Amino acid sequence: MANRIPRVPAREQDPKVRAHNFDEVCYGYNLEEAQLEASRCLHCKNPRCVAACPVAVKIPDFIERIVAGDIAGAAAKIAEDSSLPAVCGRVCPQESQCEGSCVLGVKFEPVSIGKLERFVADWTFANARDGLIKVPRDSGRADNGHRKVAVIGSGPAGLACATDLAKAGYDVTIFEALHKPGGVLEYGIPEFRLPKEKVLKHELDEVRALGVKIETDVIIGRTVTIDSLMDKEGFEAVFVGTGAGLPKFMGIPGENLNGVFSANEFLTRNNLMKAFRDDYRTPIHAGERVCVVGGGNVAMDAARTALRLGAETTIVYRRTEVELPARKEEVHHAKEEGIDFKMLTNPVEILGDERGWVRALRCVRMELGEPDESGRRRPVEVAGSEFEIPTDTVIMALGTSPNPLIARTTPGLETTRRGGLVADEAGATTRPGVFAGGDAVTGAATVILAMGAGRKAAAAIDEYLKTK
Amino acid sequence: MRNFKADNQLNMFKILEKKMLNPTICKMVVEAPRIARAALPGQFLIVRADEPGERIPLTISDFDREAGTVTIVIQPIGASTRSMVNDFSEGDSFADVAGPLGNPSEFVKMSPEELAAQRVVFIAGGLGTAPVYPQAKWLHEHGVPVDVIIGARTRDLLIYEEEFGSVTDNLYMCTDDGSYGFKGVGTARLEALVAEGKKYTQAVAIGPMIMMKFSALTCKKLGIPIWVSMNTLMVDGTGMCGACRLSVGGVTKFACVDGPEFDGYLVDFDEAMRRAAQYKAEEGLSNGK
Repeated sequence: MANRIPRVPAREQDPKVRAHNFDEVCYGYNLEEAQLEASRCLHCKNPRCVAACPVAVKIPDFIERIVAGDIAGAAAKIAEDSSLPAVCGRVCPQESQCEGSCVLGVKFEPVSIGKLERFVADWTFANARDGLIKVPRDSGRADNGHRKVAVIGSGPAGLACATDLAKAGYDVTIFEALHKPGGVLEYGIPEFRLPKEKVLKHELDEVRALGVKIETDVIIGRTVTIDSLMDKEGFEAVFVGTGAGLPKFMGIPGENLNGVFSANEFLTRNNLMKAFRDDYRTPIHAGERVCVVGGGNVAMDAARTALRLGAETTIVYRRTEVELPARKEEVHHAKEEGIDFKMLTNPVEILGDERGWVRALRCVRMELGEPDESGRRRPVEVAGSEFEIPTDTVIMALGTSPNPLIARTTPGLETTRRGGLVADEAGATTRPGVFAGGDAVTGAATVILAMGAGRKAAAAIDEYLKTK
Repeated sequence: MRNFKADNQLNMFKILEKKMLNPTICKMVVEAPRIARAALPGQFLIVRADEPGERIPLTISDFDREAGTVTIVIQPIGASTRSMVNDFSEGDSFADVAGPLGNPSEFVKMSPEELAAQRVVFIAGGLGTAPVYPQAKWLHEHGVPVDVIIGARTRDLLIYEEEFGSVTDNLYMCTDDGSYGFKGVGTARLEALVAEGKKYTQAVAIGPMIMMKFSALTCKKLGIPIWVSMNTLMVDGTGMCGACRLSVGGVTKFACVDGPEFDGYLVDFDEAMRRAAQYKAEEGLSNGK
């Protein structure tokens, strides 16, 4: 019986060792482990995992090919629906999507779908690199070759959109504001969760190999506008996948003290600007003790980065561990590495010393009251519970919102009350020829949702250009 | 020849001209056609010289739309700016130049009627002298009377005197030690000018934060509205990191997207100066890198 085999654990770096380096935490499966884990799949008639995947990867089908030893076939099966398997296998919240719906999970542990996806992607890359297999490449429809499409932003949404458009034969240019492509995959997610050279660079090379051009250092809305791309540079359609990059602060006293950073700043310095490496000039400040405020993946990433830079690190979150929005695996890893979790704790003020540097975080204790509009029980302050956590650094990881720059500089592009671009299911905005998807539309969400939106928009752009 | 193009095959940011304006300040004319086409007075750009370098925000000191070039002026302060000046020569290329960033000067948004009513004085100090140039030039071309006060510690450190000659109505040079022009700081010169009967509708100060702080105090005393250009710490320059946040009238603003120019009466300069020194200790370490 398949369910008698326990879930095969993926090998990981020892927590005591990895707390001091930026190498990837999880080593992933080898072929033998992957095949054993793959053999656990029940191959349900109506696979709930597929229904729970935002891009409907044919999970039982690719798993079946792993069992049969046809890894290249598994890769081809995944590629029908996903363009970034090495990334998604590592960063998707599987426990609330595919694995969360796995029937095996009702009585036992679900199939480790994420680790299997990652195995297939890593295996394919390694073997293609060594010339052992040839990955078939869609050469595109030549009749579209003269038609130019601009993709703004090189994060998950933009990369997925550009990939599909290039496969359909369009002449695609991605414009990226920063100096390195990848968006949040480059500046946000740390090396120990998503290696840049091994995984991201490879995914970007794949996109470039399809003929996609990536122009960095171009800030749409400043360097050029969407109007000038369409009117002067001959782009017939534009996809906006600019993400949600603006950090939120709490609005409590002391937030402008020295030693208070947005998670964006802290992570960008470390990831994009490589502050953790001695051969880069970027400065970063962690100090002896760091408090990270928030409970999402970004909070975990910031806390684990601070830990690796040598700080004693605490996560401060106003609800309980059950409500933590981060991936379970990240919370588990963070705890293993020695990060202190202070739950039901809410900051009310940041206290400074005479030089204007952070010295403590003043907090109140919370308890859970009635459910709010999100369905989660609302945290309520416990009267008279104020206390101080001594700290040198406070990192705010409270979520992000879309950058208004493109909406402000593009006539006819409407936004919602929360700053997202107005777009229909297929990604069409209120401006003809301009499509959008990912966090720029929805506000901060996940890599896989952004990727799905990018692919839908690519199909809509193809449709739009065919009838134009 | 230095040329860093790993991730950016499409753009070359070649240094066409390099000139030391004084013993420390360096001027460079850099090929950046997209930025040159879009730039307006008051905006800045970000240079990342090479792979290990930081992203350095620099105010645009001039631009030539036809030639596709921008002019920047650099003063070596940290490891990255030192490397830009010491390790890069004419013919070399920077890895990245991104911009223009920030909002253009308020003047650019004014109607012809509003402009016609302006009598503008600029107070420039140190490196800040260079970015005053495109603003003065723009106003001069639009027929607005422009006076410029340039201050430095001593004669050798004054820059841009020649360039300003053709775009100002009156140019006042000041040195702290009296080695050239008026003896004293720029704000003292402004007070003297107002005492002589000069009338200004608007002042603009660009320079070290401490100089802008005192310019704002002086202008408040004289009843002249003043804009200051805030050269804060930055990483991305597009609103993402929040390193550049400052308090303006008690409200937190981002210098990169809300500025860089703000009402000088309202800026909390003491906080801004404290925040600007935030990475001093780490930068000391990175100098040894």
